[in-house]
Amino acid sequence: MKELIERYWVYFLVGQYPHGPLGGLALTLLLAASGLLLALPLGVLLGIARLSAYRWLRWPVTALVMTVRGTPLLMVVFWAYFFLPSVTGVRTNQFSTMLIALVVFDGAYLAEIVRAGILGVPKGQAEAARSLGLGVPGALRFVVLPQALRSMLPSLVNQFASSIKETSLGYIIGLQEVSFIASQINNLELTKPMPIYLMLAGTYFLLCFGLSRLAFWLDRSLGVARVSRAAAVRAT
Amino acid sequence: MIVLEQVNKWFGRYHALVDVSESVSKGELVVICGPSGSGKSTLLRILNRLEDIQSGRILIDGQDIYAPGLDLNRFRSYIGFVFQQFNLFPHLTALENCSLAPMRVHGLSRSAATTRAMELLERVGLADKAGAYPAELSGGQQQRVAIARALAMQPPLMLFDEPTSALDPEMVGEVLLVMRDLAHAGMTMVCVTHEMGFARDVADRILFMDAGQVLERASPAEFFQRPQHPRAQQFLADIRTPFAEKGI
Amino acid sequence: MPHFDLTLLLTGQYRDWLLAGLRLSLELTAIALVLALPLAVAVALMRLSPVRLLRAIGLSFVEGIRNVPLLVHMLFWYFGAPELLPESLRQRLNEGNFEALSAIVALTLYTAAYMSEDIRSGVRAIPTVQLEAGRALGFGYLTNMRLIVLPQALRIIVPPLISQTLNLWKNTSIATVIGVGELMYQAAKVETASFRSAEAFSFATISYLSVSLIITGIAAWYQHRHPLRTA
Repeated sequence: MKELIERYWVYFLVGQYPHGPLGGLALTLLLAASGLLLALPLGVLLGIARLSAYRWLRWPVTALVMTVRGTPLLMVVFWAYFFLPSVTGVRTNQFSTMLIALVVFDGAYLAEIVRAGILGVPKGQAEAARSLGLGVPGALRFVVLPQALRSMLPSLVNQFASSIKETSLGYIIGLQEVSFIASQINNLELTKPMPIYLMLAGTYFLLCFGLSRLAFWLDRSLGVARVSRAAAVRAT
Repeated sequence: MIVLEQVNKWFGRYHALVDVSESVSKGELVVICGPSGSGKSTLLRILNRLEDIQSGRILIDGQDIYAPGLDLNRFRSYIGFVFQQFNLFPHLTALENCSLAPMRVHGLSRSAATTRAMELLERVGLADKAGAYPAELSGGQQQRVAIARALAMQPPLMLFDEPTSALDPEMVGEVLLVMRDLAHAGMTMVCVTHEMGFARDVADRILFMDAGQVLERASPAEFFQRPQHPRAQQFLADIRTPFAEKGI
Repeated sequence: MPHFDLTLLLTGQYRDWLLAGLRLSLELTAIALVLALPLAVAVALMRLSPVRLLRAIGLSFVEGIRNVPLLVHMLFWYFGAPELLPESLRQRLNEGNFEALSAIVALTLYTAAYMSEDIRSGVRAIPTVQLEAGRALGFGYLTNMRLIVLPQALRIIVPPLISQTLNLWKNTSIATVIGVGELMYQAAKVETASFRSAEAFSFATISYLSVSLIITGIAAWYQHRHPLRTA
């Protein structure tokens, strides 16, 4: 296994770069991060729409979110890869395709997280904001969303871990992310599939397990902060 | 200042306010009291339309608050509302809590809003806590900031929904003091409260409610010494001698 | 863009392919579900066990599996695992449907890891005071479990388990990567043969959505019939 690592570690980490496009682990992380960053504003918009008082907005958005959540991510990828070019006339590369699919898919899931976050802010906060004359948009912008996003932080970190796992589907459309690279290495070596795929699994494990620990720690420190401040207040 | 005409409110099938017709004059301090579930908070909340009524009219400063074309946000910004749970914004400092609405709703510049907020924090005795977050303040301090936050909009009318009910006993006094000073300065105030001492000493009028109806209206002296309605008499008796044998 | 024509799928070869794919997806889901449930219970019990070693094994299983993408699981079992098997067994497996077998192993382990967490949460959610109350009434341990803890735990556990079944159904699509002829594979095959991406993928999407809807409906029905009643 040691020689495998020595021979292929650069390829594994960055793909063919700089002699070709970026690949490997770097590509995986770049794709996951960009996907989540772009999906977040979409998720916030959809989440707010899901809670809207206006039926004409709430129903279509709910239908959209439910549809996306009822289909496999791979289906969304295939739609983006095979169908979208025939409609728009633009042939997107694998990275853009995966990015679009991830943004749409994760956006729908984030919509639910945002919705839960907004519902988690105590009702009195919105009432106080509205009593001051801030109105619903003002209340959302200055009072509810800042608190909701803060409480959503552990969920967002978990979602990032999920996004990293989701990038693996790029393999199927030939994107040179880390799983694809591992298979290429396997094709070169042919007799050592077990250690290669074990190392691939290990890489994902380190990343995702680390992130889930971070989310757990965040969740705890946010909760502890709340409890200790409340205790301090009662002591005064 | 406030006129209620034949106001009725239902929560589903529950008749929360029954044919309420009352009025409050400018500069008056009216205390609403009564047993739980009598509709006291609801009566307060319909005044700034946190809850809506199904029939009747409400006029504030001569304006029908259900008139079409009413700018609801602007209307609300001119009524100060103080909640039982304070509802301070935890992610903002005391100063920012008070300056947010003047800036965003009344369009004040940041410096003007900050100046006004500081003045009000001084008035409630918390100028030194301007940079503190709500979590760092005691309950009494939080409620005083909440009062300052409401005052920052320079409202002609202030509504208080059981402002001291969530406070530990030793902090009730500091909040009542602020409210009393406000009353003496001429503010029109409607308070739902269980603090009978405050009602007796500071209120101009007391409204007693039960089961969605206003059963008695009297001056504090009349109400506490010579309550007319049997339910009011029962209520006061229960407060004064809670362990008395019923029926005696 | 050519005219959208679903009738293409109503007869002939394309329809057969797609229906075969749908059927295989359903079969994979059913088999993996049946295998995953007992495994999930076993792992949950391990994680709740007073024996430290068992808890550690359970934890390693859950974390090791959940933090690796399902696609990599599939690749591992299909390409990597045979390396460890003796030659004779390898040949026998290759004669059969080894792709489907690998997919089932991957799906079972992956789903069981998630389900065991839901089961564990459900059991832990029953306050220990419930057990104490039972004991105060004179119930033995087994009776306690049967009459008090399990009925309450089941009500908490079933909705997330149904949700995991939904995920399992969607996850069968990933078996495409190792050549299993399930619905996604067949849809892509039809697309390649006919260049009709919209029709083929619409069929697949509607199939996925329909079954998802049915599963979600079952969840809603269960929660309606057995609502959570807290003290």
